[in-house]
Amino acid sequence: MKVPRCKGTRDLLPIGMALFRHIESIFMDSCIKWGYKEVRTPTLEYLHLFTSAGTLTPEMLGRVYSFLDWDGWSGERVVLRPDGTIPIARLYGESLCEGALAKFFYIENLFAFEGTGQEPRERWECGAELIGDTGLSGDAELIILALEVLKKLCVDDVEVRLSHAGLIRELLREAGSAELLQQLIDGNKDALTELKNKNAELAQKLSLISGVTGKSEGYLDKLRAIFPTLSATFDDLANVTQLLDVSGCKYNLHIASGLGFEYYTGIIFQFYCKGSKLGSGGRYDELIPLVGDCPTPASGFALYVDHIMDAMGPVNVVGTLTENVLIKPVSDSADVQKGCYHLAVCLRESGYVVEMGPRSQEEAEYSWIIAGGKDFSVIDKYSGVEYKGLSVADVLQRLEAVR
Amino acid sequence: MKLKLALPKGWLQHCTSDLLTRIGFGLNDYHEKSRSYRPVSEKFPDLFAKVFHEKDIAIQLAIGNYDLGICGLDWVNELLSKYPSDAVLKIRNLGYGRGNIYVAASKFSNVTIDALKAVGDTVRITTEYPHLAEVYALKQRFKRFKVLPVLGAAEVYLPENADLAIIAETSEDELYERGLVPLEVIGITDAFLIANRDSMEKLDLNVVLGPLQRAEIAMTSLTRPSKKAVTSTWGTVAPGTVRLALPDGHQQKHTISFLERAGIKMNGYRQGEPDCRPEIGIDGVAVKVIRPQDMPLQVANDNFDLAITGRDWLLDHLYRFPSSPVEQLLDLGSGKIRVLAVVHNDVPVDSLADLKETMKSGKLAKIRVASEYINIADKYARDNHLAPYRIVPTWGASESFLPEDADLLIENAETGATLAKNNLKIIDTLMESTPCVIGNKNTIASKDKIAQVLDILKRGL
Repeated sequence: MKVPRCKGTRDLLPIGMALFRHIESIFMDSCIKWGYKEVRTPTLEYLHLFTSAGTLTPEMLGRVYSFLDWDGWSGERVVLRPDGTIPIARLYGESLCEGALAKFFYIENLFAFEGTGQEPRERWECGAELIGDTGLSGDAELIILALEVLKKLCVDDVEVRLSHAGLIRELLREAGSAELLQQLIDGNKDALTELKNKNAELAQKLSLISGVTGKSEGYLDKLRAIFPTLSATFDDLANVTQLLDVSGCKYNLHIASGLGFEYYTGIIFQFYCKGSKLGSGGRYDELIPLVGDCPTPASGFALYVDHIMDAMGPVNVVGTLTENVLIKPVSDSADVQKGCYHLAVCLRESGYVVEMGPRSQEEAEYSWIIAGGKDFSVIDKYSGVEYKGLSVADVLQRLEAVR
Repeated sequence: MKLKLALPKGWLQHCTSDLLTRIGFGLNDYHEKSRSYRPVSEKFPDLFAKVFHEKDIAIQLAIGNYDLGICGLDWVNELLSKYPSDAVLKIRNLGYGRGNIYVAASKFSNVTIDALKAVGDTVRITTEYPHLAEVYALKQRFKRFKVLPVLGAAEVYLPENADLAIIAETSEDELYERGLVPLEVIGITDAFLIANRDSMEKLDLNVVLGPLQRAEIAMTSLTRPSKKAVTSTWGTVAPGTVRLALPDGHQQKHTISFLERAGIKMNGYRQGEPDCRPEIGIDGVAVKVIRPQDMPLQVANDNFDLAITGRDWLLDHLYRFPSSPVEQLLDLGSGKIRVLAVVHNDVPVDSLADLKETMKSGKLAKIRVASEYINIADKYARDNHLAPYRIVPTWGASESFLPEDADLLIENAETGATLAKNNLKIIDTLMESTPCVIGNKNTIASKDKIAQVLDILKRGL
């Protein structure tokens, strides 16, 4: 009987896993070179880490995998980590709350129920968090770092969408619900008609900015005119865009982005490629005080590994450069086996992938096939010439000569 | 192919039966005194009707076992709030069983939702609707909360052991009579005709659905069963007071006999009496009457020092929470029951070994294990490698599940006569269970009085 995998999960076969590790290694390498250090948080967290106002919305909490642990008779639930940033905020407050600057990165899996079958229920994220009073230059650094990672992964045509939590909160406050606001921003005519009857002023504002994106100071001036009370918000946006201009980053101001996460307090940014969201991030100055009891501002981003894998496609897989060797003992005798094991150890130490006995692939697919035990014969994969009576040292020399 | 209709037993049964009679279904043996779970319609021989506990009906429709069903909307929403599914369609309000699901506080406390949020402490919610409670707590943005699920008598826990109860009641007046103050309404309990979406799309249900949709209905309220009036509180329980939980339901008569043998004269603890805080006549002991199934969890949470329950419910709790501090302190001996593994007589197995062999041979590819003892059943299936298995939780009328809706039943019995009447046979005995006194091993030494109460109780052995 075949037992299928759980709904909403995915297996990674060797080629997929190679792609995953490639993304992971590019991300790790970039983060380390920017001075970030790796951390890991537990897969299980208490539900109440995520329930405070200012963390996750009730809609998102309605999709978390929560359950009573084996000692959960108190009724307090635990969850499979639904978000990467909030546990980092807890970690900082619990272990490192000294007000010091901290640059963390993580590669973790997150879990949320998804009923449509369009998205996985377990997804992987590569995240970076910049904790401490870095100001807007920190936000710009994170955007540039994320773009560098995507560039190294050969993901082209990445669009950076910028928004600001101050603007979204103002719109939410006036609209009354995130769902309605999303409908309005999506251009739902019925929602707009409904809003016109309830709040004509907001409807007028939204009709002016709905579906419009921009990147110029002129666009910001237009927004300033529509929302005169949000000058600090637009100053933030102007300053960050200035820093991005200096570094040559391309971006769009896109007010609709950033809905759904309550913990953002400042700049919000998202990375898109051909309509697919590859990552997002933003400033969350109130989160560490809330869950870590530690008055520290912060910002961060996460790249969505599953979406990046889809965006890269198979052409981007970097194959292994390691040469594969198959050793075929000529008999089952102890001496022959011992000789083959010794050769295998020497070859592995020299960086070859060596198999003995059960093969993982067809013989023709190996770089080298070596037969023997006491001495060895090697067929030159290029010339087809067979060299016989070789010692271990001879074999190594022969392989290295053409490596 | 027969159309399958799931019908409620219990408090909605009388009105449902009236409705079906009015529209000419002529169901035999569908009344409150009937022991049959499979009423037959002379008018519609192609109708297969089965009687379930109300809580099970929405689940049975959601998993596609039944095409149509009648149950309270509260249980439909309880299911869908945790497991959103478009498999269950709400067809029609049938007008009876009217009422609301209230978020309520004790009239002896000054609890408000805003006050609970402002204080920021853990909000304790007791309810028969744990999924609706969790959704409510998340919507309210309670920073920290605990939902303590109970099988009944949620009002009894307020105000000492919980801040809020989420509870069904006919009206606010009835709620006040139970000693509760309504804070919010989060749903209705009206009887609803529901349907499985697939059945609606693929089958012609008109022969049954049509008359039900056309039936004239009148909006009527019913008196909800198992009402308890909270007429007093423990107040501020004096330090050292022993908090004792006594069972209601079937275990009550055994407990009354036992307490009498121990020389304890209870006041207000007779079967049928709605008093949930009877007098025990021992200084320094406060009593509440709750469901025996709920006791281990309550003792584990230090809401009670001692409780009289069944060893079956203690083990069900310990199988779910192996490090729970609850332990058996006294075995009361009398009132022994057995927890049994049961199959339908038509199933050609006579033992657990036969069942395993049948599974191994591929004749039974998957096994559905129905039980009120969810954790005992789960452990039994796991320990005996009955893979792949699925636990089907039930809330009563469990015998009705075999053979159509489950393959194996884990059920208790005193004599086995009810099982035999339902054409079931026993293939294994999991345990014998007797009433027992349980306590919390982490706190038992904290009160001298506990040992004194245990000494008094020992006189009844």
